[in-house]
Amino acid sequence: MVELFQLLVGGIAQGCVYGLIALGFVLIYKATEMVNFAQGDLMMLGTFVAFSCIDTWGMNYWLGFAAAALAMAVFGYLLDALVLRRIIGQPQFAVVILTISMGFLFRSFAGFIWGNETLNFPDTPFTNQIVNVGGVILSWDRLSIILGTLILAALLYLFFNYTRLGNAMQAASQNQLAAYYMGVRVKRINSLIWALSAIVATIAGVLFAPISLVEPSNGFYGLKAFAAAVIGGFGSLMGTVLGGLIIGVSETLAARYLPPGFKEIVAYLLMLVVLMLRPHGLFSTLQRKKV
Amino acid sequence: MRILFKTSYVDDINLFQHQGQVFWYGALAAALLVAPLALPEFYVGELAQIFILAIAGIGLMLLIGYTGLVSLGHGAFMAIGAYTNTYLITKGVPFLAAFPLAGLAALIAGVIIAVPANRMSGIYLAIATLAFSQIVEQIVVRWEPVTRGFQGMPVPPPDLLGYALTQGWQFYYLCLAVLALVVLAGINLVRSPTGRALIAIRDSEISAQSLGVNLFRYKTVVFALSAAITGLAGALLAHRMRFISPDAFNFLLSIQLLLMVVVGGLGSIHGAILGAIFVGGLPQAIALMRDYLPAAIARTPGLEPGLFGLVMVLIVLFEPLGLYGRWLKIKAYFDVFPLYRRSTFKRQRSYLKTERVR
Repeated sequence: MVELFQLLVGGIAQGCVYGLIALGFVLIYKATEMVNFAQGDLMMLGTFVAFSCIDTWGMNYWLGFAAAALAMAVFGYLLDALVLRRIIGQPQFAVVILTISMGFLFRSFAGFIWGNETLNFPDTPFTNQIVNVGGVILSWDRLSIILGTLILAALLYLFFNYTRLGNAMQAASQNQLAAYYMGVRVKRINSLIWALSAIVATIAGVLFAPISLVEPSNGFYGLKAFAAAVIGGFGSLMGTVLGGLIIGVSETLAARYLPPGFKEIVAYLLMLVVLMLRPHGLFSTLQRKKV
Repeated sequence: MRILFKTSYVDDINLFQHQGQVFWYGALAAALLVAPLALPEFYVGELAQIFILAIAGIGLMLLIGYTGLVSLGHGAFMAIGAYTNTYLITKGVPFLAAFPLAGLAALIAGVIIAVPANRMSGIYLAIATLAFSQIVEQIVVRWEPVTRGFQGMPVPPPDLLGYALTQGWQFYYLCLAVLALVVLAGINLVRSPTGRALIAIRDSEISAQSLGVNLFRYKTVVFALSAAITGLAGALLAHRMRFISPDAFNFLLSIQLLLMVVVGGLGSIHGAILGAIFVGGLPQAIALMRDYLPAAIARTPGLEPGLFGLVMVLIVLFEPLGLYGRWLKIKAYFDVFPLYRRSTFKRQRSYLKTERVR
């Protein structure tokens, strides 16, 4: 029972990371209908930038965290403004191909700057801190991910519902043309969404780094996060985080109770099942046009 | 500028539209036939590799370029073809039987993925094929009695009626023959009613459906054909590598196949072949460039995927029609010499087409 509980906490922590990466996908998709396959690689870059800030330049953990998030926000903004905006009007798979290849480019770039060896993330305020909940020993590393996700989700909720910019983003993602007529600067909003999504990716990466290793191939977590986004239906933000939790928990349980090999594919199996039953996701908002 | 007068229905059916094409394609065929005599062994092997990639490229082109269904998991069909072929040959089945069976195995896998894929569209389909390829990769790793997992399997040379093709040039002609057959099949498929139906589906599913195209049937057919052709390419690739292990068929291979059809130019058989030349030749080009690059850059292990990525980004941004599209533009420029207009190839639509409402 204690073991199961510990597994569940580990799975939820892992799932929160998937959920956060997936949140980045969904933010961008809702606003621009682009699917950013490089989201996992944005997370990887964010982790490396934070690593450089904290380890190489000796910044305080929180300062380095903020600096990395800011740097990635600028990067995300420029990525949209300089690259992705140019291909509006091309078929959707052009976006898929573009973002996949950007992912390869980022990975190669990270390998070039930081090397392809795995790095250990410097100690954080949560390292080696444990808490005992009724006989179950939990590490703060994992709890910090869960708490971080909760706080971020709450902040995003407040941001989207109670700020002018958040409302503008919602308007632009519901109907770009109508939002434009109402005076929302859609282009800038889209770039800001990319910046926001890069920040979310960085937060996911930095929270995740202490319990994983830091290496360029971390970008591949993005593929599993994609499964989370699909299960969440690419529609609601909360559905996406829930999708991430489903993937994380089932992966951890599969690693413990199923034959080897299932850990790697359980996320994809779940996603395929969901796609077969509901081709547009569990919590989707898509409608079919009648001819 | 050449103006074609068609005086009989045969003119429409002919593969070659005019004498110039007969001459140039004949010259190409002759050059490929004598290439093993003139080139060193190493380059003969590289050419065979390009042929194999071109076969897989045509398979994927049918799916992406002609039907508009994006697959990010075609490496899996190559793996299925390669492992079926190798397993059957090691069990004593002759190559001439094992090779079509490898295609058949991939075809069946294609039908299996096509049934759920028919319900999906766009991005969901791409990600479902990606998931499929990850699952196949795990099966290959874990199904050790057949695939021997990470140990890998040695691949015996192909034999034709008891005569083993051990030499590089023999294998070259085998690949060339298969490629020629696949190209012919591909050209004839895309100008047949089936091919027209596929193109109609690509351009608009709704209008294709209204015109009586059975979406389910044609999508299943194209998935099956595409998978079968890619499976054949996988079987040949196994012979070329002489040793297969799961990591030869990873995500990067699927991306290379995708890169091929995009770089070459979507929606043309020429594009698949030009893309194969590009993808097959790039590692050689990098190897040659290594001597001239600064050591720090040249020795980075991730250089090749990074360059692939960079090229794809540049192609999508600046030449969405690919290498073949660029060639058509150059040809059009000289055909109509002083009168070429840049808008000839321009896309009509310049807004985001929503896929939220289908």
